[in-house]
Amino acid sequence: MLAALRTVIRRDLLLAMRNKSDAANTLLFFVIVSSLFPLGVGPEPALLRTIAPGVVWVAALLASMLALARLFAADYADGTLEQLALAPQPLAAFVAAKILAHWLVSGLPLVLIAPLLGLQFDLSGTALLTLMASLLIGTPVLSLLGAVGAALTLGLRASGVLVPLIVLPLTVPVLVFGAGAVEAASSGLGAQAHLSLLGAFLLISAALSPWAAAVGIRIALE
Amino acid sequence: MNWFKYSSPATFYPLAGKMAPWFFAAAALSAVPGLYISFFVAPTDFQQGESYRIIFIHVPAAWMSMFIYVVMAFWAGVGLAFNTRLSSMMASALAPTGALMTFIALWTGSLWGKPTWGAWWVWDARLTSELILLFLYFGFMALQAAIDDPRRADKAGAVLALLGVVNVPIIYFSVQWWNTLHQGASVSLTRSPTMAATMLAGMLIMALAFWMYSIAASLLRVRSIILERERAADWVREWREAAR
Amino acid sequence: MLEARELEATRGSATLFRGIGFALRPGALLRVTGANGSGKTSLLRVLCGLAAPSAGEVRWNGTDVRALREDYWKQLAYVGHANALKDELTAAENLEIACALAGLDAAPARVQAAIARFGLAGRERLPVKLLSQGQRRRAALARLALSEALPLWILDEPFSALDADAVERVQSAAGEHLARGGMIVLTTHQEARIEARSATDINLGDGRTEARPSH
Repeated sequence: MLAALRTVIRRDLLLAMRNKSDAANTLLFFVIVSSLFPLGVGPEPALLRTIAPGVVWVAALLASMLALARLFAADYADGTLEQLALAPQPLAAFVAAKILAHWLVSGLPLVLIAPLLGLQFDLSGTALLTLMASLLIGTPVLSLLGAVGAALTLGLRASGVLVPLIVLPLTVPVLVFGAGAVEAASSGLGAQAHLSLLGAFLLISAALSPWAAAVGIRIALE
Repeated sequence: MNWFKYSSPATFYPLAGKMAPWFFAAAALSAVPGLYISFFVAPTDFQQGESYRIIFIHVPAAWMSMFIYVVMAFWAGVGLAFNTRLSSMMASALAPTGALMTFIALWTGSLWGKPTWGAWWVWDARLTSELILLFLYFGFMALQAAIDDPRRADKAGAVLALLGVVNVPIIYFSVQWWNTLHQGASVSLTRSPTMAATMLAGMLIMALAFWMYSIAASLLRVRSIILERERAADWVREWREAAR
Repeated sequence: MLEARELEATRGSATLFRGIGFALRPGALLRVTGANGSGKTSLLRVLCGLAAPSAGEVRWNGTDVRALREDYWKQLAYVGHANALKDELTAAENLEIACALAGLDAAPARVQAAIARFGLAGRERLPVKLLSQGQRRRAALARLALSEALPLWILDEPFSALDADAVERVQSAAGEHLARGGMIVLTTHQEARIEARSATDINLGDGRTEARPSH
């Protein structure tokens, strides 16, 4: 079973390697969206420092919604998803493996580039570290929740708009505690509580989402 | 009485038609005294004056909006687990009424906010949660509307509604936390006046009216959904012949 | 043994087929025929357990396949309408991955032999997107050459886009599978010339089952 899961992860990473522009586009979108805010609200450093956590987090939310379209759609179109559904291992395990591969390609780069965006907003060193930590724990939750949305909208004409529409309201807690962690760190309160709660969300969604997404895929394949 | 008899759309359709007017009548009969108590009998609040009276509509609507989401998720879940068509239809029928209740709660909250806070919209914890609940209803309806095959729409909607129902308490508490951190509005719509007995009575009677209305409206809507889904079935054709 | 009883499937409010039943024993071939839109693919998806029939059931060795799930699927090779190939990967990579997921032995020599058997030798290092339609179908069907351990093959239009040479190769692979006691269900418009101890045709248009003399 582990060998089969490794195969799925390796395959998805290999496909991402042969198609690098997809992952790069998500990252570029993230950078451009957060760079637009100073142009919109003005270059006042104090204001930028205040809005930075929210802006970076909302941009990360939008970027991960954009990337979700690729999670199952290609496999659905070329028939490999059917083969996964008919494999001897539980579909939910494959879904979990696919989510992990997807996060490595589209979520992890956001975490790594976030400090650069934080500098644009004049965040302090502690705030930058907390921003990275909160994104590191929070973006997998976005991929997990988003996977359910991506599975439910498989093959629908409007899926591109529909996924954010149904997933974004569910991500409110992640946004609140993700951006809240950075704010707490900036004001010297410590972000421990926020990060622990994000960790709890990660555990809950890791337990429930692959299973719900697998149900969604079977519904779509029927 | 054999309840399973009414779990088939063909037998439930006429039953719903017979029940709906009674629930509408009950809604009207409880709304009249409810509104009278709310607007003429209940005492004026010393702090907020007359504007607090909107809670007699706001609070029952907010209660219903959350309660209907849970009931909707329950029926959708039953439909997913036991493959019973009528329960899924019931879930789809409840969604617009739930969204309406959420909208009423938001609208009345905003009407109350203007005289109290001086702004039409304040990011109060209760109002923010209601706003997200409205988005959840919209998401459910948009997903079902985007899927052509009704069976798939039922099942996909059920997964989303169940995911939402797990999430609603988490959203609620995170919004509450967010609100206290950011020192939100100090006067809250629901925590405001100490409840006088007449006020409580008015609110409960209004809640009853909202209940009755929601049941009646969903029954009528489920009738339309049954007709739409079952238009090819024999019983609908016979029924149309008879109605002609 | 694969059994179907009183299967019925609907699309929207229209009934595709009803009352379909058969029993497929080791070494037997079932050919599903019918006009376009008669529900051939739907029937195969029901037999795979991907879709639920609106009535009736499919049993594998006496148990409903919807209850067996993974225990059924580990004995099944399904080649669907779509080729289940990744455009960016080579035929060999595609085969290795498909086998790893199905729990089949994918030693490089075996993969190479499978590719050669389906006439793709020399093209195994090309990304699939550079292959023609027919060559892609060959690459998809090459999985069968590695699936001899799976008793049940379900093939949806295996001969589509194939030339006479490839059809011949698929038929011989299918014949060998039946000879070693495997079972095959396939849909096709063409006359399939497959060596079989017992061959049955089922027509979805009229729901009639008829035994066919084997070749």
